[in-house]
Amino acid sequence: MSDLRDLYQEVILDHNKRPRNFRIISQPTHKADGVNPLCGDRISVYLDIEDGVIRDIAFQGAGCAISSASASLMTEALKGKPVAEVDHLFDAFHDVVTTDCECPKGLGKLGVLAGVRDYPSRVKCATLAWHAVRAALEEREAPVKTE
Amino acid sequence: MSAPHALSTAPTARTALDLARIRADFPILHQRVHGKPLVYLDNAASVQKPKAVIDAISQCYAGYYANIHRGVHLLSERSTAAYEGAREKVRAFLNAASAQEIIFTRSTTESINLVASSFGGSAVKAGDEIVITGMEHHSNIVPWQLLCERTGAALKVVPFTDPGELILDEYERLLDSGRVKLAAFVHVSNALGTINPIERMIELAHARGVPVLMDGAQAVAHLPVDVRALDCDFYAFSGHKIYGPSGVGVLYGKQALLDAMPPYQGGGDMIRLVTFEKTEYADLPNKFEAGTPNIAGAIGLGAALDWLNAIGLDAVAAHEHELLEYATARLSGIPGLTLMGTARDKAALVAFTMKGAHPHDIGTILDREGIAIRAGHHCAQPVMQRYGVPATARASFAAYNTRDEVDALIKALWKVKELFES
Repeated sequence: MSDLRDLYQEVILDHNKRPRNFRIISQPTHKADGVNPLCGDRISVYLDIEDGVIRDIAFQGAGCAISSASASLMTEALKGKPVAEVDHLFDAFHDVVTTDCECPKGLGKLGVLAGVRDYPSRVKCATLAWHAVRAALEEREAPVKTE
Repeated sequence: MSAPHALSTAPTARTALDLARIRADFPILHQRVHGKPLVYLDNAASVQKPKAVIDAISQCYAGYYANIHRGVHLLSERSTAAYEGAREKVRAFLNAASAQEIIFTRSTTESINLVASSFGGSAVKAGDEIVITGMEHHSNIVPWQLLCERTGAALKVVPFTDPGELILDEYERLLDSGRVKLAAFVHVSNALGTINPIERMIELAHARGVPVLMDGAQAVAHLPVDVRALDCDFYAFSGHKIYGPSGVGVLYGKQALLDAMPPYQGGGDMIRLVTFEKTEYADLPNKFEAGTPNIAGAIGLGAALDWLNAIGLDAVAAHEHELLEYATARLSGIPGLTLMGTARDKAALVAFTMKGAHPHDIGTILDREGIAIRAGHHCAQPVMQRYGVPATARASFAAYNTRDEVDALIKALWKVKELFES
């Protein structure tokens, strides 16, 4: 089970069970939906942006442990950050879950998802929430899909 | 509990299957996955191939392959004979009246699309209705939706009960509209395992003059199908779900219906005479087999049917049923696990959800234990919507599966539970 524990680390199991910022923002400045047609994961992300800073961020939806935990960790990581940093963070996170790179210090807790790199079919789960945030910031109407 | 790879070689109690011999026929089964013996329980998605099938395909390409039906040379004659020989094997397997009623396609999906396009395109008009059921695979939904969009016909859906049994009163009520041009339904549900009461359903449709198409993708490898005894009008299945190769499928159709239908695709091999003014089409079955078909694939399918006939479909069905009963009983002992699809008449698959563990996570954890299952919506999203779940985990059995493999599944599911309850 040791290799499974690399994927399902305590932090991930905890965020899956008790997702943070798991709610709706009633009047978000930005919102988008994401779906993973392969496994039926669905997520909605809500952002409240003021002066180029993410004042509040929340999500709702149903998905696997990896997608739920990743969304929860993402909301923690992005809250209070300037919008201009989102792309940079996502790129760094994407590298962590798809390549053998060293996890940059700036990613903080997001690094617990590095185990996903050994499970190529699960990368879409880990990145779904991020794709949704990007769609929200670009104000795209149609739900983003991970395939 | 015995180790999952310590295969019991004794024949199972109620059946005469020699499991060790059957497993020896499948080269792919004898490998480790993530360091664990492979336990392949994704048979409803695709079944593994016995050596006889692999050899038949290999011998075709290595020994006598050429294009068919225009044989002025020996290899073409031999390939044609083998290809048409496979058609005859399919005819015998389904007990069709004539090999002309057996059309080779790419898949069940293409078989259904053929009927939707050719039969549907000529017989279905605005205001007509097509009846399907709530437990169809997308392949028996979308072709009819496309037909309805093209023609202005309406799609009617037979609902099913919580255990996963069709509500036949509703089926009758839908048939009674007098506008139904075809009833198309699944023989065995890939998402629930339900074996539908097809004899009765065909009888009810025919009593109202409605022809019936059956999606047999999940049925043919698990129960005997006699299209003449059933009196069904169309029956579709795929090679890869019955120990044959992927890329070859079958459409059975009654000759009178097929004769009256226009071609599905135009091209080579489906014509008698072509001029720029007019084309005369070939006789059945060539009328529906435009272009060079999957020659080696059809031959491989023939070999798969030979293999299955030699084992005996009745013995396979009995063995799988025993695995189903055993798996159902053992799964019921896992707290928080809910079985989806508990019809009285059921084929050998178990679909389930687990409290706190998403099916996708179950699939990943089982994979690391060497166990291949399917997690997702199984191309039957309306079924998931019916139960209000995004996805299920599904383990499905074939002739080569063992009770030890069921034990390995159960053991791994306890690990899932442990991980997600910690």
